[in-house]
Parts: sequence; structure tokens; C-alpha cells
Amino acid sequence: MDASELDRILVQHRREPSQLLQILIDVQEQAGWLPPDVISAIASALAVPRVRVESTASFYSFLHTQPAGEYRLLFSDNITDRMLGNTGLMSALCEQLWLEPGRLSEDGLVRVDTTSCTGMCDQGPALLANGRAITRLTVDRINEMAHLVRSRVPIGDWPPEWFEVADNIQRRDVLLDHRLSPGEALAAALDRGAAGLLAEIERSSLRGRGGAGFGSDIKWRSCRDAWGDAHYVICNADEGEPGTFKDRVLLNSYFDLVVDGMCIAGLAIGSSKGFIYLRGEYRYLLDRLQARLAQRREQGLLGRNILGRGFSFDIDIHLGAGAYICGEESALIESLEGKPGKPRIRPPFPVTNGYRGQPTTVNNVETLALAALIAVRGGEWFRAIGTPASTGTKLLSVSGDVARPGIYEFPFGVTVADVLQAAGARDTLAVTSAGAAGHCLDEHEFGRRIAFEDVATGGSIMVFDRSRDMLEVARNFAHFFAHESCGFCTPCRVGTVVVARLIDKLAAGRGSPYDLEEMAKMHVLMQGASHCGLGNTATIAVNDMLSRFRSVFESRLQSSEYEPAFDLDAALSRARQMTGRDDPGAHLGSNLSAIDTHRHPPDWGDATYAPFPATPSPAKDEQP
Amino acid sequence: MKDTFLLDGEEVAFTPGQTVMQAATAAGKYIPHLCWHPDFAAHGSCKLCTVRIDGRLATACTVRAAAGQSVESETEELADKRRTLLQLLFVEGNHFCPSCEKSGDCVLQATAYRLGMLSPHFDHFYPDRAVDASHPDVLLDFNRCIMCELCVQASRDIDGKDVFALSGRGTRSHLIVNSVSGQLAETRFAASDRAATICPVGVILRKRVGFAVPIGKRTYDREPIGAVRADTVHTDKEPG
Repeated sequence: MDASELDRILVQHRREPSQLLQILIDVQEQAGWLPPDVISAIASALAVPRVRVESTASFYSFLHTQPAGEYRLLFSDNITDRMLGNTGLMSALCEQLWLEPGRLSEDGLVRVDTTSCTGMCDQGPALLANGRAITRLTVDRINEMAHLVRSRVPIGDWPPEWFEVADNIQRRDVLLDHRLSPGEALAAALDRGAAGLLAEIERSSLRGRGGAGFGSDIKWRSCRDAWGDAHYVICNADEGEPGTFKDRVLLNSYFDLVVDGMCIAGLAIGSSKGFIYLRGEYRYLLDRLQARLAQRREQGLLGRNILGRGFSFDIDIHLGAGAYICGEESALIESLEGKPGKPRIRPPFPVTNGYRGQPTTVNNVETLALAALIAVRGGEWFRAIGTPASTGTKLLSVSGDVARPGIYEFPFGVTVADVLQAAGARDTLAVTSAGAAGHCLDEHEFGRRIAFEDVATGGSIMVFDRSRDMLEVARNFAHFFAHESCGFCTPCRVGTVVVARLIDKLAAGRGSPYDLEEMAKMHVLMQGASHCGLGNTATIAVNDMLSRFRSVFESRLQSSEYEPAFDLDAALSRARQMTGRDDPGAHLGSNLSAIDTHRHPPDWGDATYAPFPATPSPAKDEQP
Repeated sequence: MKDTFLLDGEEVAFTPGQTVMQAATAAGKYIPHLCWHPDFAAHGSCKLCTVRIDGRLATACTVRAAAGQSVESETEELADKRRTLLQLLFVEGNHFCPSCEKSGDCVLQATAYRLGMLSPHFDHFYPDRAVDASHPDVLLDFNRCIMCELCVQASRDIDGKDVFALSGRGTRSHLIVNSVSGQLAETRFAASDRAATICPVGVILRKRVGFAVPIGKRTYDREPIGAVRADTVHTDKEPG
């Protein structure tokens, strides 16, 4: 990229070091990757050590410090995408493009790889083409895509219908049926004043919708009362939990209510500045959201002197770049400051020491939209919905083995069985109640209620019927966490990889009861000793699957005693690949499970000692 | 009169603002740790100093001491967690103690001895990490890095040079050096920097002084870690 283009980007971001991540994202959109000389130029322009720019650039999955190709095609690899056949589609695309997954083509044209859940589970399999979401992949679409890439057709000229993202709202309640006009909630909040508004929020017993359920009034009051030069409102739109996509719908079709909610939060805590941290996977929404913010400024609904009532509040949108950890509020703030998204030591909490060390409230998109509703209709009205401890409604993102995947708004207290019935689930074996990081329920628990006091959830409900292999679900989740761990603390950085390796060993048919015990042991360690919620929750679902579907795991055990992790035959796979041999003479012993297919090496980075085939054991049956 | 809290049933005095680790160290009590150093801000990443404070797991280096707190540290449950954490660190990197110049002066090795870690237990990751011998006076052997960031802090906050940073994510995390080529020789790093002697393990090594002190006569050969006052246990000094 030429110097004037880089300069334009730097000027646009005021050469401000806290804009570093945004600068890197913009540069990469132009240049396709982040070459070393550009990293040096950015460092000197921002007057920060080069090493700091490199540190940020290397942390985020969507930033590349190596050439990444003109076409960067990333298949969403959530378990729901797998259930819809993404693995086969990816192999087909790679085959047609003469590629290995994860490797740039020899001519530097294209790279195909996987990425964590892109939030399109209701319309998968999905992929990101240079950061733009493509949904409902089929064999036909893949064939055409290969053709378009080979013919070097720009992604902007690809069939527009590929980029269509449906809301898929299946059940509406008070939030999705709000019928408020833009600014109406904000006007109501201004009528109430900050104190009156906080009283209504308290009366409503609104709790945070991210899943933890912290009282919104307590958060806002402590933030308001905290001393600082400035106060900040952050809307956490980094919904990275596998299986969730509700914020996508709120931002797409209910954005004014969310913005009203942010302004209301600003009024409540005494802030004039807000940020929306938008996950990189939702980059396709950015331009439209920016345009709407600009319109609202013209309409007097944002910026200086809102509605002529003397209240000023403005909003910037920051993009993420492929890091699940940034959904953790202190990691999000680090990212917003242009740094790698590693969670801070807490306390102090963001309400006293947040963005730039100032009092900051970080709220979920859904929480902010609900606060807007409460500003109009009052706390008593809200409190009458749901259960006493979990007031109001909850948006559920339902995907997997259901007839009608999509968004369901239910009052809290609804049973899991009711949700399954509404979504048309049949023959259900298991349900993950809060994505990869929450509990996994079996049929004996479907009578339980969605509520903070029973099944607490951020809303990611993935459904698995009896045809599904829960070991593959566990394996998908374990690899997800190994990929997404920020690497800060020992138990999570190393523990997530150990768990993923143990499950791979089981999936390869080489496990023993000892390995199951090891997984349980890692669960106990990681759940207490990890630095943040990621490590503390990374093994919950897998541990539940181990206890609820133990027979599935036990049926895969090779022996009832100890089995070494090292597979001598698999260790020869590289030699077989190099010599192009795969005949029986090129294998050792009776273990032929390691037949070399076009396998995708697990994402263990430097630790690419991968003695087990990444393809599941069915490969065994395909053995000649 | 000072406020006190209980550490394994014994009263420990503290001054307001001190962390549990700082107060315990000042009182001559040892809580195992790798990334904590008395001269630097708490990092809180190694998790070796995980204790139970009024029943809840927390890191002693980050939690402020409070009057009446009950802190458990020397329990079998915590020793077991700490041993597992050590094992995870050992398999994540390439730690071959017998050939390591830091053997006997290494906090990781000494802590493993102290906690009775008998084997690495988990399968080794065997990461491929090249050494950097470009600098005239100092060798970097990244194989032993435990991501404590003490060198990052020392270079940034004391030497004012920002020579080091952690790069990457998750198990791809690794120490990088502030130059385009990634080589130490191209930085302003000097053997007299504080960062040159801060490493608790064997990543940052002075050249030409290898094995000047024979094995058997090194810091933790003479006395196990934690047997002496904890604020003196770091090998944060010139070798020999």
C-alpha cells in the first residue's frame, strides 16, 4: 500500500494510539495483510514501540502478518455449521481450487480456512469472504464460488443473494414487538431525569442479558457514583458465543432502540460518550449502522443537545477482529484501547476503572434495548413479565436440529421443552443452554426453566437430535476454546489445549478411562484457577457431556487401561504424505486409523504435534 | 497497631494497600509464585499463587489484604493445583533442566522441586521455537518462556526501552523482540539492562559466563525456594 493511503487512514484516526486496532483493520481492508514495513510505519506514526503494534496485530484472528491472499475464505466452524455439512463443502472448495485448508495458494490468490462461529447458525453453513458474511452455502454455491475465484471476479460482484442475512424472527414478545418510534424512549427517559430513570430501572429488576445477570441498576449507579474525568457507555456487540445471533438481529432491525438505550445509559451514569464494540464477523452491518447514526445526529437524536433538551451524547463504532475473548468486558475495553484483548485483573472493575481508566458501564445489546423499553413503560410493567428473580423477556437464538431455527423472544420462566416445541425440535437428545460455555442438558432436564435462578443463559440454544454424536460436539467446543483462549493465564492457555488433545485421542478411538479422568481433572483446575470467565467456563459443557452421555465416550475407549497418547503409525503420516504412499506397507501394526486424507491440522499454533487424525473415526470404515 | 489477616491459621500483619502476597512476603511467609516479583506490578498470569481467601479461590498477588481475612495456602488441594499448573508449563515449552544453564537458579525448576512435582504428567507439546543468538552479550532461548512478562515490564518500566512484548494468542503466545527482523541485536538491549537479569527461567542468558557457578552450588542447590525470605529468592542478580 502506498504512503498516502496509509497516511489517510492514520489521519482519519487522529494518529491516536488507542485507535491502533481500528487502523490495522482499515489497513488490512486495503492491503489484504499487514506487511512488516507497514507495521513499522504505523508504529512510528503513532510514536509507540513497534513491538506493541506487532503484539496487537498478531492477537486477532482476522489480522494477518503474513500474506493471506486476495480471496480469504473462512468457513464458520461452529458445531451447527458442521451439522449442516460445512466440512464437505470446504473440502469441495479446496479440491476445486487445488488447495490445502489453511495454506495460501502457490500463486498467492486464495486461502481457505475455518473460523469460529460467525453468528449465522440459523442460516448456515456460512463463511466470511474477505470479512463479508455469506450464508446458506450449498454445493452449487461452492462450485460457482470456485469459478468466481479462479476468474478473479471481485467479491463485490458476487451474486448479491449470497450476502443476504435473514432475521428469522420466530416469536415476538414485548421487545421485538415494541412499536416505539426512534427517540421516543430517549424522550421518556429525559422526562424522568437521571434519578427517576434509575429508580425505574431498579423497580424493573432488569438484569444483564449477557448471561451473568448482574443488576443493571447497581451497575449504573456504581458507575455514576464513581469519580472520573469522563464516564463511558459501552455496548457489547461482540456476541461470539457459538450459537448466538440475537444481537445481529437487534442491530439489523432494532438499532434505534439500542441507540436509545445507550443514550439512556449515558443519561443514567452521566456520560456523553459511548462506544459500540461490533464483532468483526458483523462487519457487513457497519456502513449501515454508521449511516443511521449520522441520520440521528441530523434528526437531533444523537450528538449535541439531543431533542433540544440540553443532553449531549455521541457514539463511535469500533470493530473487533475475530477474538471471542473480547466479549469479556475488561478484554473488550483493552481491545477498544487498541491492545490485545486480554482480560484485566479485577478488581478494580470497569464501573470504576474502565475505558482509559475512567468509570465505564459495559452492557449487552439486549440489555440496552430493554432499558429503552423500561424508560417508556416503567419498571412495574416490566417486572410483571417473567419470574420474580428474572424479570422481562429473553431473546433465544435457537439453532441445530429444529424445524424453525431463529430468534425466539420468551418471557423468562419458559421451559426448555416449550422452546423446543416452538422451534419444532424432534427426537431431541441434548440441548446446550448457553452455547459452548454453558451447561449441556439431556432429556431429563427439559422441564427446567430459562431463568437466572435455573437455566441461566445468554440465549444460545443449540439442539442436537438422537442422530448426533455428542463426542463430536464436545470436540468442536474443546477446539473452539483452545483457539480462543487469550493465552494470558496458565490454566486456560495450556489447559484448553490439553482438553482438546484428550478428546482428539478419544475421537481417534485411542482413549482409555484414564483420559476421561484427566478431562474431569482439567475441569476442576480450570474452573477455579483461570483468570476470567473464558477459562472458568471452557470445560462446563464438555464436563456435562461426559457425565450425561458417558456411554458415548466409553464406547470409544480402546482399552480399559492406560493408552499412550503417542501413535507411532500417525507419526509416520508426514513421511507418507511426502512420499505419496498410503499402501498397507506404509503403515505400522494393526492401527490403520491414520489414513492420510486432506486433513486440516488442528489449530495449535507452535504446538503442532498432532498425532491424531483430525478427521473423525468414521474414516476407519472407509478403509479399503 | 497494624491490621492482620490469617494465613494458614497464623496472623500476618499488613499495611493498607498491600496485597496478600506482599504482606505474606514481608512477614517472611512463602506463597509459591512465578510471575510475581516484589519490584513490579502484579501480573497474575501464572496462577501458582492461587489461594483460598475466605473459601474462594483467588491469586494472592492481586487481592488486597483485608482485616480478618482467612487465607489458606499450604493445603493439599492447592498443592495439587499448583503441581498441575507447573506440569502444564513444563509440557507447554521445552524444558530440559540437565542441559539448561539456569538449572539450580531457575524459579520454575525450584518451585517444581518444592511442590514435589515428580513428572511432567501430560504429553509434551514440543513447540518449535528458534533461539536468538544475534546479540553480542545475551542469548535468548524462547523454549523456556513461561509468559510471565517480567522482562516486558522491566524493559518498559525500568530500562525505558520496550524491547520485549508477548505476541500471538492462546498457545501461540510467544515473546517477541522490538525489531523488524525480530532479532535482539537490532534493538537497544544491553546486558546491563534490568531486563537482562529478571527472567525467572532460562530465556535471557548472559553469554560467556555459562556454568561459571557449578551445578550443586547454585541458589536453590544451597537452599530450597521458599526456605529463605521470599523477596530474596529471585535470581535477579549478576551470575556468579
